[in-house]
Amino acid sequence: MRVMAQMSMIMNLDKCIGCHTCSVTCKQAWTNRTGVEYVWFNNVETRPGVGYPRGYEDQEKWGGGWVRTKRGRLKLRSGGRLAKLSRIFSNPKLPGIHDYYEPWTYDYDMLINAPRTAHTPVARPKSLLTGEDMKISWSANWDDNLGGSLETMQDDPILTKMSEEVQAEFEKAFMFYLPRICEHCLNPSCVASCPSGAMYKREEDGIVLVDQDQCRGWRMCVSGCPYKKVYFNHRTGKAEKCTFCYPRIEVGLPTVCSETCVGRLRYLGLVLYDADRVSEAASVEDDKALLQAQRDIILDPHDPAVIEGARAGGIPEDWIEAAQRSPIWKLMQYEVALPLHPEYRTMPMVWYIPPLSPVVDVVTGSGNDGEDARTLFAAIDKLRIPIGYLAELFTAGDVAPVDASLRRLAAMRSYMRGVSIDDVRDERIANAVGMTGTEIEEMYRLLAIAKYEERYVIPSAHTEQAHALEEMACSLDFEGGPGMGGAGPFGSSSGPSVPVAVENFHILADRQTADRPSTPGRVNLLNWDGNGDADGLFPPTGMTEVRTPGKPGKRKEDG
Amino acid sequence: MTLEPNGGGLVPGKFLTASDLGGEAATAPRAEFKTVLLDQSGAPVVPNGSLGHRFTPEDEGSWNLDLGDVTPPLSLADLADTNESVEVLLPRFDLPPEAGSEHAGGSGVVVRGVPVRRVAGKLVTTVFDLLLAQYGVARAGLPGEWPSGYDDPTTPGTPAWQEEITSVPAEQAARLGREFADNAERSGGRSMILMGAGTNHWFHSDTIYRTFLALTTMTGCQGVNGGGWAHYVGQEKVRPLTGYSQYATAADWIRPPRQNIGTAFWYLATDQWRYDGLPADQLASPLARGVFQDRTTADCLVESVKRGWMPAHPTFSRNPLDLCDEAEAAGKEPAQHVVDSLTDGSLSYAVEDPDAPENFPRVIDIWRANVLGSSGKGNEYFLKHLLGTESAVRASETPEDARPRDIRWRDDAPIGKLDLLMTADFRMTSTTLFSDLVLPAATWYEKYDLSSTDMHPFIHSFSPAINPPWQTRTDFDIFGSLAERFSQLARTHLGVRRDIVAAPLQHDTADVMATPHGVPRDDLPLIPGQTMAKLIVVERDYPNLAEQWKALGPLTAKLGMTTKAVTYRPDVEIERLARLNGTVASGPFAGSVRLDSDKRACELILAFSGTSNGRLAVQGFRELEKRTGQRLAHLAEDHEGAHITFSDVQVQPRSVITSPEWSGSEHGGRRYTAFAINVEHLKPWHTLTGRQHFYLDHDWMEDLGENLPTFRPPLDMHRLFGDGRPGTTRRIGGPYAAQQTEVTVRYLTPHSKWSIHSEYQDNLFMLSLSRGGPTIWMSAEDARKVDVRDNDWIEAYNRNGVVVARAIVSHRMPEGTVFMYHAKDRTVDVPIAETSGQRGGIHNSLTRILLKPSHLIGGYAQLAWAFNYLGPTGNQRDEITTIRRRSQEVEY
Repeated sequence: MRVMAQMSMIMNLDKCIGCHTCSVTCKQAWTNRTGVEYVWFNNVETRPGVGYPRGYEDQEKWGGGWVRTKRGRLKLRSGGRLAKLSRIFSNPKLPGIHDYYEPWTYDYDMLINAPRTAHTPVARPKSLLTGEDMKISWSANWDDNLGGSLETMQDDPILTKMSEEVQAEFEKAFMFYLPRICEHCLNPSCVASCPSGAMYKREEDGIVLVDQDQCRGWRMCVSGCPYKKVYFNHRTGKAEKCTFCYPRIEVGLPTVCSETCVGRLRYLGLVLYDADRVSEAASVEDDKALLQAQRDIILDPHDPAVIEGARAGGIPEDWIEAAQRSPIWKLMQYEVALPLHPEYRTMPMVWYIPPLSPVVDVVTGSGNDGEDARTLFAAIDKLRIPIGYLAELFTAGDVAPVDASLRRLAAMRSYMRGVSIDDVRDERIANAVGMTGTEIEEMYRLLAIAKYEERYVIPSAHTEQAHALEEMACSLDFEGGPGMGGAGPFGSSSGPSVPVAVENFHILADRQTADRPSTPGRVNLLNWDGNGDADGLFPPTGMTEVRTPGKPGKRKEDG
Repeated sequence: MTLEPNGGGLVPGKFLTASDLGGEAATAPRAEFKTVLLDQSGAPVVPNGSLGHRFTPEDEGSWNLDLGDVTPPLSLADLADTNESVEVLLPRFDLPPEAGSEHAGGSGVVVRGVPVRRVAGKLVTTVFDLLLAQYGVARAGLPGEWPSGYDDPTTPGTPAWQEEITSVPAEQAARLGREFADNAERSGGRSMILMGAGTNHWFHSDTIYRTFLALTTMTGCQGVNGGGWAHYVGQEKVRPLTGYSQYATAADWIRPPRQNIGTAFWYLATDQWRYDGLPADQLASPLARGVFQDRTTADCLVESVKRGWMPAHPTFSRNPLDLCDEAEAAGKEPAQHVVDSLTDGSLSYAVEDPDAPENFPRVIDIWRANVLGSSGKGNEYFLKHLLGTESAVRASETPEDARPRDIRWRDDAPIGKLDLLMTADFRMTSTTLFSDLVLPAATWYEKYDLSSTDMHPFIHSFSPAINPPWQTRTDFDIFGSLAERFSQLARTHLGVRRDIVAAPLQHDTADVMATPHGVPRDDLPLIPGQTMAKLIVVERDYPNLAEQWKALGPLTAKLGMTTKAVTYRPDVEIERLARLNGTVASGPFAGSVRLDSDKRACELILAFSGTSNGRLAVQGFRELEKRTGQRLAHLAEDHEGAHITFSDVQVQPRSVITSPEWSGSEHGGRRYTAFAINVEHLKPWHTLTGRQHFYLDHDWMEDLGENLPTFRPPLDMHRLFGDGRPGTTRRIGGPYAAQQTEVTVRYLTPHSKWSIHSEYQDNLFMLSLSRGGPTIWMSAEDARKVDVRDNDWIEAYNRNGVVVARAIVSHRMPEGTVFMYHAKDRTVDVPIAETSGQRGGIHNSLTRILLKPSHLIGGYAQLAWAFNYLGPTGNQRDEITTIRRRSQEVEY
């Protein structure tokens, strides 16, 4: 047994309202830069739907993740070293920009500096790739709320696994949101795909990162990741991905997406696992056994042997204590949380509590009591379509664990209604799902009351490990990287490196003191990282622009 | 309730009041505002707490809900000796009117029985009995038509009846009703209706609200934490209300302020009234007695203004400054001069001639609002008549025979009324786009300010994270600079003048007893404050405006501060504020408290409000104790020494103190819920009966058929304005397909999940997470009818204008209805419309202001005007639109 610590996340999908605050704050913090305009480390998908990038779950097409060989070993679905070498300059398994979306901006300048025209001025969309006019026909979240469902639903890789009849029925059945970040897998296929050894999984907390100095831009990680959560920065020519906001995590703060989550649906904490058994667990024969295999290598932080092992592995005492208080551990124990696509065999560590609300909606819509335990249990047994869909997402198609999770959530609703309305603690409801009333009330506290301190149990990093940690070593200070906080003498991306944690302060200060741009032109706010200027945002000092429609701007001096 | 003859039968009439009882009761002061109930013997009782007890000195201490030993029967059937019952006629509106008799209004009459008795010679029943009749709750022995059960769809009130209208299954409606009531019973009233903004945006929103309130009141949920009615419309709850009102309305210098009802102001200023012509009698009950005969809703507005029910500025056809000069020349009091001039016809109301050049607005200053991209209904009319820009108004003006009776029609409508539009904002909105002057404003993170909401009990501060960048200034500095310059110019141009303000009959004052029994009379002379608005002369020291703005005026100390009929005396606070803020060193107002910075203004608001100053809260409760005779001050006494200052709220948001400014209680750390003080401490509601009302007995309510909560369907735009009929398609043989078809659908503009009105949804991140420009959601069925696929460019038009957008086709949309989310500005990705040849519109290009007469009633108990409380709504949900596919080659 080799005990290691993993920083993990669980998202309670019943609480996600699809507001995308996580996406926006994440983008603002991490990918509001040239070269990653199209990149959303965190995105929120409407399901059923095709996701971002479009159809990423279709591994027949993209070849992400691992497959088990006949001899019981794991190999990358996209092939081994030789296969990779043969494709190194031309990788057909790589999503194109249109599988993400063509990022755009608007010629905002028209709203301020338009010449006298017959019609009121308007800002047209312009491609951020070509600078040309464009009709917007895909975005980072095109099928939001099932918009355009008739055109896109048939391309949902999960739905295509289900029958035609099911698809038609599903249209009426339900909808939910799936927020996604990097899974920070225990067995990451992106790391295994990298020919340069630039991707690594941090020993201390399991966060998966790209070493920008080592990255050579081969992009094998992009194809290797079945979740398509590694992205290519087309300006720097290097890979980038969700960092689990390690600069915040290291000082005990939640990730940006968690901190800003309106629904308070995200949980953060450590789990201890047996690193010696990861590949064994990831190699079990039956896809449907992967969930249990992964559960089995998660270690009980209260077990004296595990504690001893953790100490032996150099895990600090306060981290062990944090693992014992971890909401992730608790939610895994309740067996209400499930991994996303365990069949990719990467042992993902961002798990989900499947949504019960769509089931409740169907029940109440049919005129029944959506919070009565027996009615709900019966509905969970009967509503094979949504349950089947959830199973394809979270349990490689095995409905039993989804059933079990939903039944516990249903029991919690019914049990707690008894408590709050009738002051009755009905143990029978708890027992029906293999729990006690006390356990249900503890789970209720964690899921429904969800206090900040209980949702986020994040031990801060230890200074004695500083040499190994990024924040203290400042490894994000690469050209064009998010560590580039200050505007240096040669523009927004030059100058000395600044620790990530203080970046925003510098941006703020720069906004106040920045000079105006020297040249007018198309405003590109997405490319504007908050440092220095954004082209065309403000009229040049002492200059007036004279422009004829369709022709490039011409300037003359004022007065 | 009295029952009155109408046609061949009886209808619900007026509240029985002490004045009907004769004898001693009838001679009591304000007897016509003291409603009556019956005790268990059937004898009439005049209970405490009605409006008649609220303002009279004789009734001090008896404005409360304490019924003593009296237990009023809810129904007369509960009294053993009730042995009579009659049929009453109740209007219904669920069916369309018979062709040819639209002007009768409504669609039919239901006959249902109620138990009755005779009191003081009048035939009476109870409100509860009428309510049961209205809802079709059958009881043995009563005459009339009753449903055979919940599953009877043939008569109004049953679950099966509503299913045909709402498509909510009857079983589900019945189950929901049972659960709501059962939960309320078991939890002690913790059933709640949490409503969105949508219900408030239907033309008949008031009937929807009243239905909600009827349900939550009947189930005992009002005033209960976790129960009642959570109106999620906006977040406007100014908790430090008294101080805010002093500052916002300059009540320390001049009272009263001029405040308008925005809906009616824009309706006239943008000339939407010229296209409306909505006959008020088409909204009326089939049992109407002719209040609205031959009149349009615009005429109702004129009547409302002339009676002093609703404010309207400019009020008169001449400048009120000049009216004062005229009065002085004539040696008369200005109010008398106005009354005389109105009587002899030499002066009229501006609403009677809104297109006269002297009556329409010339300069509008917009402060952080987006009337042209978000809130203003009838956008194209704004553009045409107010601004004179390109516009896509498609409607014809009202034909001669249908025009308002009481408004002067000028054949040439003014185009471009405004000389100057100025906007202070920090975003480029449709409004700034059309403004002559844009004053760049600081954001929340660049200034000091206060914030409070109805969503939580805290007062927040804004503190600048950075200074206002570039040329931006804070709102405070913008207004300060304008005031300085104005004052300089005023020395030459205006000087010190007397002004006469027409102030409407005001909520929470004795004004609300202007209309006994809710019967407006035409046989009375003009008496300001009774049969017309109050006429109040004020002095305007224009050259010193900026100096006044920077100092606390004398009226606060002299007159106190009155909020909801409770007057606060901030004598200690003024002294303390003088120490905190300092005093003005020199000039005409030397020695006054300084208000020359945003922080100092915030200090004033906090010092002068009960919610943030415990001494004033206690003081207000003590005054209310005198009026009610109930113990109340203990709700705030534990905070009597607490005074929240601006630096306190900068440290952290502060929970407010329980205060008579509001009806909830935070006493002992509980959370605010409306009406807790009324329910728990027997403080009356500010209504006629002092109780929550199911029944409204104003004449206008009766003629609208809305004495009781009732179902009114959306306006029939096809019948009223000749638009297409929802659900119909039409071949148009357009240029892009020989067999092109268009479809008419209902048009809703709900709030989107991604914006607060126009804010946020239009930043580049959010646009990248959606469709990047204006869109209209439509159903697969409707899209198929007009050959539209997802993301195709479409045009939506009706009589009000045209919108170009891309279609979002989704199976989640119901057939027959489209959405265009609220506040799609004209700023990004709006092409030229084929239909108009002009820049495609915004969501409000397809809407228009429609006034409902019931919203214009004033001067009667709770039906009286108060700023931001009672007045006509901006509604747009009843609209329909026609949709067609357009050329996919768009031009900008």
